[in-house]
Amino acid sequence: MNNNLKFITGLTPTKLSVNTAAQKNASHVLDTTELPTTRTEAWKYTRVAKIGKIDFKNEASTVTSIDDKKVIDSPHTLVFVNGRFSKELSADTFPAGVSVKPLSTLDGISTQEEFEGDIFGALNLAYLNDGLHITIEKKAVVEEPIQVIHILKGEAQLSNFKVQIDAEDFSKATVVQGFFSDDASNSFVNYTSDIQVGVNTHFTIEKIQDEEAGNFHIGTDSVSQGKDSTFTINTITLNGSLVRNNLNIDVIGENCTTNLNCGYLLKEKQHVDNHTVVDHRVPNCNSNELYKGVMDENSTAVFNGKVFVRQDAQKINAFQSNRNVLLSDNATVNSKPELEIYADDVKCSHGSTTGQLDDDAIYYLRARGLSKSAAVQLLVSAFIAEVIAEVGNEDVKTYIYKRLNERFGWDINPEDFG
Amino acid sequence: MITIKNLHANIEDKAILKGLNLEVKAGEVHAIMGPNGAGKSTLASILAGKEDYEITEGSVSFDGEDLLEMETEDRAREGLFLAFQYPVEIPGVSNINFLRTAINEKREHLGEDPISAKDFMALVREKSKLVELDAKLASRSVNEGFSGGEKKRNEIFQMAMLEPKLAILDETDSGLDIDALRIVANGVNTLKSDNNATIVITHYQRLLDYIVPDFVHVLYDGRIVKSGPKELALELEEKGYDWIKEELVEA
Amino acid sequence: MATYTEDDLAKDLEGKEYEFGFTTDIESDKAPKGLNEDIIRFISAKKEEPEWMLEFRLDAYRTWLEMTEPEWAHVRYDKPDFQDITYYAAPKQSKKYESWDDVDPEMKETMSKLGISMEEQKRLTGVAVDFVMDSVSVATSFKAKLKELGIIFCSFSEAVQEYPELVQKYMGTVVPKQDNFYAALNSAVFTDGSFCYIPKGVRCPMELSTYFRINESGTGQFERTLVVADKGSYVSYLEGCTAPQRDENQLHAAVVELIALDDAEIKYSTVQNWFPGDKEGKGGVFNFVTKRGMCHTNSKISWTQVETGSAVTWKYPSCVLKGDNSIGEFYSVAVTNNFQQADTGTKMIHIGKNTKSTIISKGISAGQSQNSYRGLVQIHKNAENARNFSQCDSLLMTDRCGAHTFPYIECKNSTAKIEHEATTSKIGEDQIFYCLQRGIDEEKAISLIVNGYAKEVLNQLPMEFAVEAQKLLTISLEGSVG
Repeated sequence: MNNNLKFITGLTPTKLSVNTAAQKNASHVLDTTELPTTRTEAWKYTRVAKIGKIDFKNEASTVTSIDDKKVIDSPHTLVFVNGRFSKELSADTFPAGVSVKPLSTLDGISTQEEFEGDIFGALNLAYLNDGLHITIEKKAVVEEPIQVIHILKGEAQLSNFKVQIDAEDFSKATVVQGFFSDDASNSFVNYTSDIQVGVNTHFTIEKIQDEEAGNFHIGTDSVSQGKDSTFTINTITLNGSLVRNNLNIDVIGENCTTNLNCGYLLKEKQHVDNHTVVDHRVPNCNSNELYKGVMDENSTAVFNGKVFVRQDAQKINAFQSNRNVLLSDNATVNSKPELEIYADDVKCSHGSTTGQLDDDAIYYLRARGLSKSAAVQLLVSAFIAEVIAEVGNEDVKTYIYKRLNERFGWDINPEDFG
Repeated sequence: MITIKNLHANIEDKAILKGLNLEVKAGEVHAIMGPNGAGKSTLASILAGKEDYEITEGSVSFDGEDLLEMETEDRAREGLFLAFQYPVEIPGVSNINFLRTAINEKREHLGEDPISAKDFMALVREKSKLVELDAKLASRSVNEGFSGGEKKRNEIFQMAMLEPKLAILDETDSGLDIDALRIVANGVNTLKSDNNATIVITHYQRLLDYIVPDFVHVLYDGRIVKSGPKELALELEEKGYDWIKEELVEA
Repeated sequence: MATYTEDDLAKDLEGKEYEFGFTTDIESDKAPKGLNEDIIRFISAKKEEPEWMLEFRLDAYRTWLEMTEPEWAHVRYDKPDFQDITYYAAPKQSKKYESWDDVDPEMKETMSKLGISMEEQKRLTGVAVDFVMDSVSVATSFKAKLKELGIIFCSFSEAVQEYPELVQKYMGTVVPKQDNFYAALNSAVFTDGSFCYIPKGVRCPMELSTYFRINESGTGQFERTLVVADKGSYVSYLEGCTAPQRDENQLHAAVVELIALDDAEIKYSTVQNWFPGDKEGKGGVFNFVTKRGMCHTNSKISWTQVETGSAVTWKYPSCVLKGDNSIGEFYSVAVTNNFQQADTGTKMIHIGKNTKSTIISKGISAGQSQNSYRGLVQIHKNAENARNFSQCDSLLMTDRCGAHTFPYIECKNSTAKIEHEATTSKIGEDQIFYCLQRGIDEEKAISLIVNGYAKEVLNQLPMEFAVEAQKLLTISLEGSVG
């Protein structure tokens, strides 16, 4: 194994039944690639050197209760601790049309085979701890969400965790993902997903990231959309020291809609980096991206959104918006919205704004008797409410507002924002 | 002036016009009325030369020439004018520049010299008064930031500048308040002469109180199903189009 | 209406070879091909340069040797062979022209073919032109009049001889010789260029203009321009470029440095229509240029460019807003057709307080070309109340071209306000139909619409340049609607 990647020498290669070609390629990437530096364009604004300095291990651990580590009360909840499936805390019955299997119970896991220098993707596969395969059967309309919880626990744990979702044709379902930690520090969840959205399928992910400060989260969701489908992902990042989210959406069927919404409220020394790629390979599709963030104290937010419109992918409407508010002089925003367009009959636009809260608005509110902090809270919550409003599940919304109130000492009534 | 015979037209294999006949002579005003989706705007677009339609049968002769064989711009240069239902915005291109280009293209086509700047500006002043168009609008970008009424008045202003032989007003009255309607109608009436003709396409009878037609035609399901004097418009207003439909069924 | 087929398009484009494609035959005094320290010493000796200038060059050359060509731009091309370039070519006439009448008639002919009849320009527009032909300045007019005001406007070589203290003080302060691969190369081998100094409080009464063109086959063009506007002064500087048709690619790696001292203003306008290569994408100029301005307190630098030429363009006129209350502006129209590739934009570096920048970029892509906007807006930690507004629009003419937008926005100050908007759209079929219905043919309609689209930028150009730019836009896009 490569000497550059000392941080994984304490880990054991995966015991899961992952296809050998992928495993071989993954090992090759790990043998030949170094951790990215800021000279690598995709990591220009995010330093991962810290990760390379930790001597990671992966240990089984137990969590006795998930009462405060879940997004919603759902009888269809699956729990993983340090990437390992927790049978005791997980449900074993699921709504009709849904089948769920831990990857460790599968004989033969098919995944992507090429990693193109993606060191974290290769790491995830080569050292995969466990994960889930969820199938939403053809035509199944599943009203109750399936909840997947991942908990990091302990010191210097590295969890390689994967979720595979196959939403078959004409189905409709929502998966709620919660990423938490329990007394963890210097731990790192390296997550990937493979999501197939079938023909005319409506599939939604509500993702909450709420690991404690001092931990790392790098995740890549790879989504492929069949024709006439709608894929929506709403990501709310509440905590975590270093969070990097990659969303890669391949739109391979016509007449698709893709909605990517994300809200991040950062403080302390948090660093959150969102990279999205929407690849429009075929005509007549819409994609909408709304990324909004509020940065306080010494935090940093990075946004890199890329929209590709391939040759002959005509009649594409792609909209991308990144809006940032800086609350502190030590906070930083780096925004890079990109359009790469090779077809002509398209309507694409992106906007990026960075600014502070409107002084006049704060003054106005204070003149009406609000304290300065109350005025700030009101304006910040109104700013971020636009993203939260995109969250379809009411219980998820309630959770988000509850956690915002706790974390920022607010007293928002979610109903004020619908 | 224009003779339309047995015109059939499709859009994406859907038949819109199904054997339309119409003859308009110089000095006449014809109104074409009909319910939504009857093919009124399609007729206007085809006459102007929009390429989205496929003509499957029939002929259109304009001043003795085969109109359907002419390029869109040549139809315009020969004196066919369409006042658009939804005038297009062209950012950054001033109305003045646009019109001077249009007029000079027409003059070149007719073998005339370009208009002098002085004559052109005098013409702009004269014609903008006709539709009570603020001179400032003339120097703004084509239709950009114009209100609905201003756009329609601008169409009539352009018509006045280009002095067409045949003007087709496509739902020019839609969305206009009574004052704007009066202004537009006044413009059209002033421009009327023995040498030109007007086709007024409308959904409402109201406009015809101001632009009095010589003939009223009812367009329904891709054909002219009824023609009559101006009183027909009043009858339609009163009874609606169902009456025509019923009559058709009975026949 | 008959459809415009691909065959028609091909025919039209064939007839649209580079209008200014001709070669002037003036015997030139060339350096041997290739690059080494001896060549640099040769150039320096040929120009009778002082020791410090030679040291600057050699130092840059040694730095350059350690550097690699940048690859991040969204362009693909065969890298130039730096040993296959002639780094010095001067027209043989050794004498300097005292007046315009003394200029070689063939050269005058060249200029009039370019449509820049100098006499006309001088008389009618009061433009002072520093004409650069293959790296050496051959005619400088209006010098006397400018001299009265204390304005220095001369060739770079002359400035090195006559005003060494000014050149030494400012050269390389905005674009350091190690700045990037091509800037380092330029610093090592630049042959000539323009120098301009506006003294304190002087408002330059006329537009200063330089007309560059590449002429000698296989010669690289390494121009260097230095404009210094002293406290409270103002200057508007025009740069126009056109090159004759060539088969092999030609390299152009210029460096332009602008310095606006306190309360000064520099307006720098460029119209560029270098040979873009033929309809098959063969030939054409490689334009790898470093342009940067330094803004001191209360100063303003405004870049305006209309770019229709070059096979490959790599160019980011930038402003370093170092002084408080300084202003940077960038207005650009970039047209690409056939197989042209452009990666162009700007950098606005906000360091001082209350600094403002505006970016208006209008890209037009036709044929099979690739047109990218790449821009950086950087707000430093102490740049209180910095403001930026960026608008980057792309217009697509065919379904085989590409339009790309790569803005980089970096903000480290919470009082900053940054707004970036970008749109990409097709030239509107309904707009063209509207024009057709008014009797305006398709070519004219496109010209109208495109010039309207680019108006915000064209309006920034001085009058005589704006007319030329409009013509260029129309010529560049003839027969290119998809």
